[in-house]
Amino acid sequence: MALIETHKLSKTYDVGDEGVHALENVSVKIEKGEFVAIMGPSGSGKSTFMNIIGCLDQPTAGEYLLDDRKIGGLSRDELAVIRNQKIGFVFQGFNLLSRTSALENVELPLLYNHVPAKERKLKSIAALKMLGLEGREQHHPNQLSGGQQQRVAIARALVNQAPVLMADEPTGNLDTKTSVEIMELLVQLNRNSGTTIILVTHEPDIAAFSKRIIRFVDGHVVSDEKVKKS
Amino acid sequence: MISIISTIKIALRALWVNKMRSALTMLGIIIGVSAVIIMLAVGTGVSRKVSSQISSIGSNLIIIMPGSTSQGGVRMGGGSQSTLTTNDADAIERECSAVAAVAPMQYGSAQVVYGNQNWSTSIQGTTPGILEVKDCGLTAGRNMNEQDIRSATKVCLLGQTVVDNLFGSIDPIGQIIRIKKIPFTVIGVLESKGQSLGGQDQDDTIIIPLSSAQTKVFGRTIPGMVRSIMVKARNADDIAAAERQVTDLLRQRHRIGPNKEDDFTVMNLTQVLNMAEQTANIFALLLGAIASVSLLVGGIGIMNIMLVSVTERTREIGIRMAVGAKTWDIRIQFIIEALTLSMTGGIIGIIIGSGGSVILSTIFEYPSVVSPLSVFLAFSFSGVVGIFFGFYPAYKASLLNPIDALRFE
Repeated sequence: MALIETHKLSKTYDVGDEGVHALENVSVKIEKGEFVAIMGPSGSGKSTFMNIIGCLDQPTAGEYLLDDRKIGGLSRDELAVIRNQKIGFVFQGFNLLSRTSALENVELPLLYNHVPAKERKLKSIAALKMLGLEGREQHHPNQLSGGQQQRVAIARALVNQAPVLMADEPTGNLDTKTSVEIMELLVQLNRNSGTTIILVTHEPDIAAFSKRIIRFVDGHVVSDEKVKKS
Repeated sequence: MISIISTIKIALRALWVNKMRSALTMLGIIIGVSAVIIMLAVGTGVSRKVSSQISSIGSNLIIIMPGSTSQGGVRMGGGSQSTLTTNDADAIERECSAVAAVAPMQYGSAQVVYGNQNWSTSIQGTTPGILEVKDCGLTAGRNMNEQDIRSATKVCLLGQTVVDNLFGSIDPIGQIIRIKKIPFTVIGVLESKGQSLGGQDQDDTIIIPLSSAQTKVFGRTIPGMVRSIMVKARNADDIAAAERQVTDLLRQRHRIGPNKEDDFTVMNLTQVLNMAEQTANIFALLLGAIASVSLLVGGIGIMNIMLVSVTERTREIGIRMAVGAKTWDIRIQFIIEALTLSMTGGIIGIIIGSGGSVILSTIFEYPSVVSPLSVFLAFSFSGVVGIFFGFYPAYKASLLNPIDALRFE
């Protein structure tokens, strides 16, 4: 079975008298271990799609199955548990807690998963080490570079061993060199740990790191093809 | 829900970031709680002092004073008329069933001398009943007896202050002192009673037989005349009955017609002291009102700041939700934050309130009583305020939509 499966997913926003269709009848399947890039111009619905499959937002119509579980109709707290255990998020703006150490930021998903303090610390230190941030545990986000902050965010996304990592424009705030470093890190992660990665981007260079590209235009999927590696 | 310790750590950090704001928010609670502490300390302190004074003056005490006279339209004030006599006192003791003891009084001040020491003090001429009326015991020696009264013997009982000033360390019993140059033998020493409500030293006194006072020390104007009669009712419930009986008897004895005013005044000291206690209670009530208003305002202040904090930290809430915080995780976080504010304010308030009541008690000479109960009460009040006024902001935060919260700038 597919890890992520949507059937005729639609999202409509009420703006004035007419509804704006951010998504219309989107049906997509993503298998375990895939590395998918979702592309499209701004307003194409790619972020809306990501938020819905990330359980941060709810569709107005259609069905969504994550790991064979129907997501529609779940309560806020049930969604919170799914986000905590199945999904790791990486955002464009990093979204780390300010005035909080890197270590504590990484510990956050474990905290809400009731992992005991000692284990929380060990796992978080290991995750930071894996991302090359050894010795930076006590640094606060404003003491870290953009690339380092994004690595802390990735460590946070991975620490709970979530099967899916969703990255919304993860390199949007980074320079080219750091962007490549982060993308190579994601490729490695996908290859070595088998983590499913779903990436939203509008940059072809970034999308090229993935194995499959789904293109959105005006809320529709217009193309879905494997990336040919040169 | 995540562990309380982690939540408290998060709350403390959030409050520490805005130190000034947190301190100002706590101020209302600090004032409210210290007012609660002071209110309760003053309330219990004053009522304790009053009740100890009631028992030091003598419980269930009624004082009968002569009425006022008027000479050519000028009224002379209470006690200016000489209408009470020893016979009145005897009659009260004989006929009033609600009365336990009677002591007619003749008093004034005089210079007393022992050896090369001398001292000016108040001299009370009275009967042996005085000790029962005043609930006063003897620390040494014996009371006067009927024989002393009948034959106007020259014996006296000394208050502790007089003993200290005339005798120092010498045992006064059996010694002879001179009151207005008349020699009196000391037969007993009165128990110490401390200060009266008016601040007078109740131990600075000498008691002598009424007859000796009337004939030898103060001379006499009208035979058998006394300046006041002190009466002790059988118990607290009998005070009103005793007052009525005494009034009826004296009106009858003084032949006062039905529509004429009394030529004497009956005073109930317990009433006077109860009034003092009531005044203290009003003071305490006033402080209580200040305390509750201040706690209310403090609570609203906390709610206000928490609402600001929720708005400021919308993105933080979004991040927490994205990584798996449930509704109650967020709610508890903000409630704990409000609680931390109010409880810290409460603790500071308890410290200031305790200090304040100690200072107040030294200024006004009331015993300072900061009871554990009042501390507990103040502490729980501040806790309730924190939960009550913290809940709405916390509730609001927990209902944010994660995606909107994450996008919040």
